[in-house]
Amino acid sequence: MARVTIDPLTRIEGHLRIEMETTGNAITKAWSEATQFRGLETIVLGRDPRDVWAFVQRICGVCTTVHAIASITAVENAIGATVPHQALLIRDMIMAAQEIQDHVIHFYHLHALDWVNAASAASADPAKAVAFADAIGSTWKGNNLGRMTAVRDTVKNVVDSGQLSIFTGGYWDHPDYRLPPEANLMAVAHYLDALEFQRSMIRINTVFGGKNPHPNFLVGGMACSIDPSHSETVNQVQTDLIQEWVQEIYDFVRTCYVPDAMAIVGVYKDYFDIGASSPNYLAVGRAGACFAGDPNQAPRYPSPMMDIKPGVILNDDFSKVLDFDASKITESIASSWFKYADGGKSLTPDKGETTVDYTGPSLPYTWLGDSDKYSWCKAPRYDGHPMQVGPLSRVMLAYAQGHPRTKEIVDNALASLQITPKQMNSTAGRTLARAVECLTSAETLWKDTFPTFIAGIKAGDINVFDPARWEPSSWPTSCQGYCIVEVARGNLSHWVGIEKGKISHYQAVVPTTWLAGGRDETGMQGPYEESLAGNGLHPLVDPAQPLEPLRTIHSFDPCMSCSVHVLDPDGDASEVSLS
Amino acid sequence: MTYQMDGWQEPTLAENLARAGVSRRDFLKYCGALAAVFAAGTPVLGAASKAYAAAPGGALTADYIADTLGAITKPVVVWLQLQECTGCMESALRSGGTTIEELVLNLLSVDYNELVMAPSGEAAEKALHDANAGPHILVVNGSIPMGLGGAYCAIGGMSSEQILRDSAKNATAILAVGACAVWGSVQAAKPNPTGAVGVDAIIKDKPVINVAGCPPIGEVITATIAYILTHGDTPKTDAEGRPLFAYDQRIHDSCPRRPHFDAGEYVRTFDDTGARNGWCLYAVGCKGPSTFAPCPIIQWNMHTSWPIGAGHPCIGCTEKDFFDRFTPFYHVLPKVPGIGVETTAAKIGWGLTGAAVVGVGLHAGITAIRQHAGKKSEATHTLAAFGDPGSTAPPGSSDAAPPATEEPPAEAPEAPADETTGKAE
Repeated sequence: MARVTIDPLTRIEGHLRIEMETTGNAITKAWSEATQFRGLETIVLGRDPRDVWAFVQRICGVCTTVHAIASITAVENAIGATVPHQALLIRDMIMAAQEIQDHVIHFYHLHALDWVNAASAASADPAKAVAFADAIGSTWKGNNLGRMTAVRDTVKNVVDSGQLSIFTGGYWDHPDYRLPPEANLMAVAHYLDALEFQRSMIRINTVFGGKNPHPNFLVGGMACSIDPSHSETVNQVQTDLIQEWVQEIYDFVRTCYVPDAMAIVGVYKDYFDIGASSPNYLAVGRAGACFAGDPNQAPRYPSPMMDIKPGVILNDDFSKVLDFDASKITESIASSWFKYADGGKSLTPDKGETTVDYTGPSLPYTWLGDSDKYSWCKAPRYDGHPMQVGPLSRVMLAYAQGHPRTKEIVDNALASLQITPKQMNSTAGRTLARAVECLTSAETLWKDTFPTFIAGIKAGDINVFDPARWEPSSWPTSCQGYCIVEVARGNLSHWVGIEKGKISHYQAVVPTTWLAGGRDETGMQGPYEESLAGNGLHPLVDPAQPLEPLRTIHSFDPCMSCSVHVLDPDGDASEVSLS
Repeated sequence: MTYQMDGWQEPTLAENLARAGVSRRDFLKYCGALAAVFAAGTPVLGAASKAYAAAPGGALTADYIADTLGAITKPVVVWLQLQECTGCMESALRSGGTTIEELVLNLLSVDYNELVMAPSGEAAEKALHDANAGPHILVVNGSIPMGLGGAYCAIGGMSSEQILRDSAKNATAILAVGACAVWGSVQAAKPNPTGAVGVDAIIKDKPVINVAGCPPIGEVITATIAYILTHGDTPKTDAEGRPLFAYDQRIHDSCPRRPHFDAGEYVRTFDDTGARNGWCLYAVGCKGPSTFAPCPIIQWNMHTSWPIGAGHPCIGCTEKDFFDRFTPFYHVLPKVPGIGVETTAAKIGWGLTGAAVVGVGLHAGITAIRQHAGKKSEATHTLAAFGDPGSTAPPGSSDAAPPATEEPPAEAPEAPADETTGKAE
């Protein structure tokens, strides 16, 4: 038995430490350890509920926008604010742009170097790289000889110079980099193209929110007025630009991202049998589905993201979608540095508490896994089950419910790769599902959300803010609300309590908390841990170059700043209806 | 226009660029963009900056930048991410046109940055150790939590404080990028449960350049690094360590909506007639009058828009303690004795000449105070804000409730009637 630590685990958001025990070339035990804590939910107590979006948006700058939208929606749910339809559509477009940008950055800039040997691109034949792109069905406009030659020369000179910059210390001699040099070259070229892409298309959020990262939002609507007859508003000039960026998104995802993802999981096809995690899935809709309150109730407006119903799949049984019931969510602190007042290990989020109880070693430390408690991340459970959330869960929920476009894309992929739906529960499956979802999101934005927004303007629907509940004097003395929303990394919920116009309770249950949480009081592992040590077969050939576990952990797209949150120590939102 | 950089093969940037086929003219274009960034607030910078004094004719031209930038060699950068949200790295990724980012990436050897670097674990730690061993530029995102002996943010089993100290030792320049690294930002807001502090609370023996903002504008992040490469020195700063090339102007003074403020034309509630006419957001809580930042000048995401341009008040994210001093965000800034140019101007009847003279005089006064104040705390107090950052209880306690001024100053003229301003609503 050998012990292996990966810390810092790079190319993620935030700080994650993975500790493992190995036998031979396989991982037998794993611990997922979040090593950063900030305590934002304590900080918002006593503040103006209309301000809180700006605080909690700073939970994460990669998932920028989503915590702000969850916050304003939860507050609107609490105070009974209505939001004009066009403002809801603007939020949908912002979330779609964020989700797509997030998936693209994850695939190319955070995940790709697990599969792509960037250094090997230096020896590639540019003509073969163009041919490779052609062979995998990539019709991306950047696939030409001049471009590939230039990128090849760039990589060659960086490698030859001895100053490798961000490639310093990469595992370039690892035996399990399998792509031919020309494929690596194409991938590096697309890595650079994706940088340009994300910088361009994110301007959708700048038009509506004034900046990115961390655009501005407003309880009761949006601050960006729309008016076809005024120049200082969103008008034809801006909507023309947005149309261009929406088209740009559709083109890039369809012609570049999806073919690249298919090619990589095809070459590393054994990763459909590696990294299987907890066989349970939770989602309340497709990416971007945003509910003010109970997702089983009628939504505030007809959203294409809600064309599947909230649901749960257990034990990899894709033939049966169970109803979602928020009251079945609990959070365990069995493995995290907190304590509950009643001395127990598990509470429902509406009664959530967090009192820091650090029992870990003094710094510097070398090993945490020998203790029961080893993380700042709680361990959420649904009806006692660890759940996967995120693109894989949403895609499989949509697939199981027969969502036509998702089913078409997934069935084509399964047939092409000759794999079963159950094999989607794997490292490669999570990476493939993210691309599948990105395509459906891009199509919905292009064909539905944006045209609906424009049709509204044409019909004279230009209000974006309802002032009726702006003043605190219009609010109940005491009220509670929540928002459940599907964001890039999975299911997110914000829960708020308001007393006399001030925040009295706040908590967030975040996608990466679901995934990165550790063992619960029954000893059941969290999803990251299960994916590495679930069956004792996960490969790790060279502990000094832990490429294989990096592939698997990256397939979840960790966002550690999101994962660690602190609940209201005095909070009691028992009046919130969870059912 | 996208360049394909050819890697660092020649001794200097200029030769490498030439080798890559980047023409002198295109490089000048890039430097011209940088010059525009540097030139924000030219008069103050012009008087204060060594660069201006050194440059021919006292003007920071694209030619001058190109010559200086072109001659440098490829420096090593250690780019830490401590207790933070990664928003600052994301902003850096969004920086400017493609040309600027391609060039800046190739200007540097960024040997350690957790978000983008290839290796993890031991190999990443070795990259950090090796880079720290020699001279390097240190960029820091994130705050340093001092509670629990540093256990609130551990990397490789070490505290953020230890990692920062190790990386600062051989650093030739230190940039604290973003509100967290500058003063702690949101996690340092009351009650600051983890004891978060900024870089200059730890590193006392070297100057720390504070690139303020939550996050800072991407172009400002990269321009601060380019400034060091150009001048061989860190940029001239204000009393809070912020580069003057980006932070010498109050938003209120460079805001394109300023004429509406002077004319008493306010947005009273969001999406009203005033909002659709692009009127001033002061009455819905804009913190532009107390915020030094280049947002109106440089704007965001390749000059697409900026917060006020998209209809939302400035929340003052480049100012220290803005999460406490500027909240509630939608309340009107209180009047500050001795400063109140706005009400003064209102009292004298908004005569164009008078308002302009008072405005110029006041702005010069604030700028002078903030540049020369001996202590940061003194400088901080020259701007309007809610309460005293050092002495109030957490916002939850009722006795510390900010002086909520729900209404604009009584002196502020009312908005004109709808019929005079268009037919919206």
